[in-house]
This record gives sequence, C-alpha cells and structure tokens, in this order.
Amino acid sequence: MSRPRSYVLVAIDANTVTAGAREVKNRLSAEIGRRGLGGEIQVIETGSFGPADAGVVAAVQPDGVVYGRLTPGDIPRLVEEHFVKGRPCTELILPGERPVAAPGAGDSRRVQLEGRIVLDNCGRIDPERIEEYIAADGYFALGKAVTEMTPAQVIQEMKDSGLRGRGGAGFPTGLKWGLCAPVIADEKYVICNADEGEPGTFKDRLIMEGDPHKVIEGMAICGYAIGATRGFVYIRGEYRLSVERLRNAIGAARRHGLLGTNLFESGFDFDVEVRIGAGAYVCGEETALIESMEGKRGLPRLKPPFPAQHGFQGKPTTVNNVETLANVPAIIRNGAAWFRRFGAAGTPGTKVYTVLGHVNRPGLIEVPTGVTLREIVNDYGGGMRGGRFHMAQLGGTAGDLLGEEVLDVPLDYDSMQAAGHSLGSGAVLVMNQTVSVRSFLHACMRFFLHESCGNCNPCRNGLRILLDITGRLRDGTAFADDLEHMEQICQGLKVSAFCPLGQSAAAPVLSALRYFRDELREGVGTAARPRARSSGRFSTVSG
Amino acid sequence: MTVAEIVSSRGNSRQNLLQILHDIQDASGDHSLHPAEVEALSALMAIPVADIVGTASFYTMFAFHPRGRHVIRLCESPPCWVMGEEDLRAALEARLGITVGQTTPDGQFTLETSSCLGTCGVAPVMSIDDEVYGNLTAEKVSQIIDRLAVQERV
Repeated sequence: MSRPRSYVLVAIDANTVTAGAREVKNRLSAEIGRRGLGGEIQVIETGSFGPADAGVVAAVQPDGVVYGRLTPGDIPRLVEEHFVKGRPCTELILPGERPVAAPGAGDSRRVQLEGRIVLDNCGRIDPERIEEYIAADGYFALGKAVTEMTPAQVIQEMKDSGLRGRGGAGFPTGLKWGLCAPVIADEKYVICNADEGEPGTFKDRLIMEGDPHKVIEGMAICGYAIGATRGFVYIRGEYRLSVERLRNAIGAARRHGLLGTNLFESGFDFDVEVRIGAGAYVCGEETALIESMEGKRGLPRLKPPFPAQHGFQGKPTTVNNVETLANVPAIIRNGAAWFRRFGAAGTPGTKVYTVLGHVNRPGLIEVPTGVTLREIVNDYGGGMRGGRFHMAQLGGTAGDLLGEEVLDVPLDYDSMQAAGHSLGSGAVLVMNQTVSVRSFLHACMRFFLHESCGNCNPCRNGLRILLDITGRLRDGTAFADDLEHMEQICQGLKVSAFCPLGQSAAAPVLSALRYFRDELREGVGTAARPRARSSGRFSTVSG
Repeated sequence: MTVAEIVSSRGNSRQNLLQILHDIQDASGDHSLHPAEVEALSALMAIPVADIVGTASFYTMFAFHPRGRHVIRLCESPPCWVMGEEDLRAALEARLGITVGQTTPDGQFTLETSSCLGTCGVAPVMSIDDEVYGNLTAEKVSQIIDRLAVQERV
C-alpha cells in the first residue's frame, strides 16, 4: 500500500470526547472510505493540541490546518472541500489557532514562543502506536543513556541542564536523583506522581494522554540513573483515559523490548506498573502518595527521612512529576546545553500551563520559563473575556492570588520568588471583575477544608476558622478584627501545619491580603464580635 | 467477579488494596462497598475490617451506602466555581428533587460534589459515571438529566 498523502489527527481527550470527538472521528473515517480516499488519507487519534474550549478539534498534516468545533454534520463538507477539491474549508478553521508547526521555522522570537519540549508530539503522533513515538526519536535517549553513559553521567547531565521539578516545588531534578543514587539497597523505586489534583491543573493528564511513552522513557532513564529496576505511575482514580493509555503504552513497550530485562543489551532491567488512587488531594504530596501506594490512608509522613532514603516499602525512592519526567528524554538526547537555550537562565526549559477562567481561549500551552502573566493572558489566552482583568491565581488553589501589579513579572522560579510568590503547578486561573475576592477566598477555603486529612490541629481547625471568616467576609458581616485574625491563622498554618497542604492553604489568603486588602475590608460589617464562642475560634468541624 | 476472584487477579498484597476496592465497588451494582464483601476481603487479605473501612473512607471515590445507577459528581473546585458551579448545583437539585449527598427515590441518580475533575478547560463540569460533561449551563444540565432518564426507561 502506498504512503498516505495526508493525515487527519483528531484530538481525543476528555474535553473533546465530551464534545463528541469519537462520533466525528467515526464519521470522518466512514466519509473518507465512502469516497475511496482510504489509501490516501489516514485518520489518526491523537492527544490534545492545547485548545480546550473549541469542541472537537482536528489537524490536517502536512497541510498544518487546524479545524475546530466540528460536528459529524460538518464532515461531508470538510472531506469534499479539503480532500476532494484540495482547499482548506475556511469556515471550519479554528480562529486564532496557530497551526501545529515544527519548531525551527520563522524568526527567532517565534521559534522561542513555539518551541515545545514536553508537548512536541502531542497532536502529531498517535499515542496508541509506539511506532510513531519511536519514529519521532522516541526511546533514543534511553538507548543512549544505558549504552553510552554511566548512571553518574546521566545525573550530571540532569544537573547541568538545570531542570527543576515541575510539580510545583521546583526542586532541582538532578540533585534529587543524586540523593537517591548512592543509597545502597536491594531494591529502589521510581515513582511518577500523576496524582494531579491541584484544581485548574490538567497538564499531566494531557501529557499522559497525548504522549504516554515520553513519561515511560523518562522513568526508565531515571531508573538507570538511580539504580532502580521498578517504576510506578500513581494516577488519580478520576483519570480513566490516562490509565488506559499508559497501560497500553506499557504493554507496547514491553512487547518491543523497551521495558523488561536487559534493555538495549546493556544488562539494565526496568519495568513500570500503573497504580490508581481513589480521590484524595493530599496524595499529591509525595509521602502521602507513597502511603497510598502501600494500600493505606494517604497521610503524609514525617520528613526526614526523605523518600530518597526511606520511600515506597521503606526502600529508596525517587518521586517525580509527570511533566518533569517528560522533559528527561529530550535533555539526554540533545544535551544539557541545548536545554539551557530555552527559557530563563536560572530555571531553563519550558513550562506547561493550563490557562483558564475568563479568557477567550482557555487551554494548554507550553512556553519558555520567563514569559509574563500578561503575555499568557493576551497572547496565549486570547485576551480577557467578559470584563477587565481583576486577578489571577497562579499554581492552583494552593497558589497565590495576584493583582495587576504582578502582570509583568517573568514567570520563572527565581523572579517569582523575588516577588514573594511561587510558580506552582502551572494552573493560571484568570478572573474578571465579576468575581469578588471575598467570595473566591471562601470557595478556596471550602476546598481545603474538604481535602484536609484532619491529622494535625493547625490544618483541621485553622481551615475551619478561615472558612468561617471568609464566609463572613463574603456576606459583608465580618468583625473588625477578622482580617488581622485571618492573617495570624495563616502565619500559624505556614509554620506549624504538618504537610504542604495546610502550609499552602495560607497562600491565597495572605496574597489576597497583600493585593486586595481594601476589597477585603469591604466585607467588614458593623456588628461587634459577640463575646461567646461564636467567634469561630472554637467551632468544630461539622458535616 | 467474586471478591476472591478479584483478589487473586490483582494479587493478594496490601499494596493492591485500593485497586481491589475499586474493582469490588465497580462490580457491586450500586457503586458501593457492601459489609459482607468487606468482611470477605478482610478474611482473604488478613486485614482487620476496621483497617479496610478506615482506609476506604479516607478516599472520596469509595462509598459505604448504596448509590444510584448513575452517580453525578459536580466539580466544586474554585475554577468551576468561578465559571458558575453554584447555578448548576441549584439546577441539579431542583431537577432531581434531592440535595447533594442524596439519591433519588427511584434509585436512578445520586448527586455528589467532587474536587477538581481535571477538565477545567471546559469549566464548569460534572461527571456522570465515567463520562465528563463540560461548558455546562443550568439548561444543559437539565437536558442531560432528561436524556439519561429517558434512556433508562427504554
């Protein structure tokens, strides 16, 4: 059979399936078959391209045309125009969407803006077919690592690259591996943290659904570097499609001898299993995740000892985020110097963000570190929707609430830290004037109180008090000293909560006090605080 | 599958407990863990019942009370809240005649809230069983429920 002249890549992910992507894909295959174009045009399922609010999305390659909001009814016209008559069907083209083009073309600024490391295959290959990943240089880095490099060289390369953990904390990845490598044990483990529960964050899901082999390859390289032979991907229970795609990918990698024993005839053995969670935000914390993987309640452990010494089943364990691992193959393949060409000097590379809320084009983007919030909102998010910019929450519900003052601070770990903020997980929730800071904080506290494991007092009771206070602020009935009280509770949480959940719950409140104090003051009513227990200080958790 | 079959297919080891509980709940017919099955599991895996219940109750995806044939989980995380989650909750409660946490008298729908479902690009969202519905409005929510209710009758 001859090689197809065109490929239609239909994005199949949770967003597009909701919009009817499978029906569209079936109709497309049927229509192409009916017109006898089956040998020329191939229909392929792929992961998300990025746009999330555009219904069913499909790209035609090599033409580089992206169609959006497709319905089965559009298909006969699309096939007639594009494939029979050979001209793009302009009324179905997704407005504002840049075609999926290979980085390396155009002027340098544009290359920098479009350069993708993590998502380079998403929307271009069929994630269900390992051959396509291999054709895109997949598993080359693993082969290079295990046959040409020593584990120490791999770790050095990672250190040189400057890659920092993309789960939120930003810990240097090479350093993390270097802590685990020298520990002597009969067994070590690599864990991929895919318990992506931070509200507003869905980058890891789209990476796993769009390019699962990249994560597996990253894990295998990590395993080689630290001396582990087994890896686990801990995926949250809600991500059924990710579980399915990864399990398929693992099966294919085993059949191709890319997982299992004696990889690339180097004597290195490595295999991966999927473990699923069951709905607990706190399990995104690495020690809670390990407890959960052991079949227990997901309670965070006391650190130290850190997982590098005492992790899963008490063995040395390295836990990395999905996006972090997805960066690894490209770094090993192209070298640390290549990686450092992207992004800000102190924190090189790219960052995957999910842009959502009141923007015209919510979705997934991968940009160099150092891009500003203003650029993200205007250039990638398509500008504000339904009103003026009011605030943005960066890094999920555990992230800081930022005002206009921060719009031009470069988004990299160092610049954000200098401004007193953290970069977080990559969620950018943009809000216009219709959302009040007071109500929003209340919604944040409701989330944290629900997800608190209840194990330590500052978190269990502190969050309850914060919920009460933010509730009064929302209703305009707060007491005169409530803002001060709220600040004290948050400072207490930061220093005394047992794990990052409680510690980071203070972030939205403290940053709101910094940027929106006047607006918060509007929630203070005239009633004096009653003398008895209704201050909320001693109220207990209910229902 | 029986509890014994599930345990042997997944491997009788504590680290497989969550997966085993998922499988048991999926096979239960009413999206819940039944006392008899938990007891059987306890005997098979040599884990005290209190320990199994304590573990399962930590996670929001497990339930010990029977749920409806369709479990609706409305995302109430801040990104969905910003995009109008409260209107959806009101619409769902009005359409179903129940409040969050309850099951309709005919056993068809259970209404729950959920933390982030990871589909925030199309917020506000809800999931019904394994299907996620996005870009919802009060009107769309009612239509989806109507459609499922009709399918059920046929």
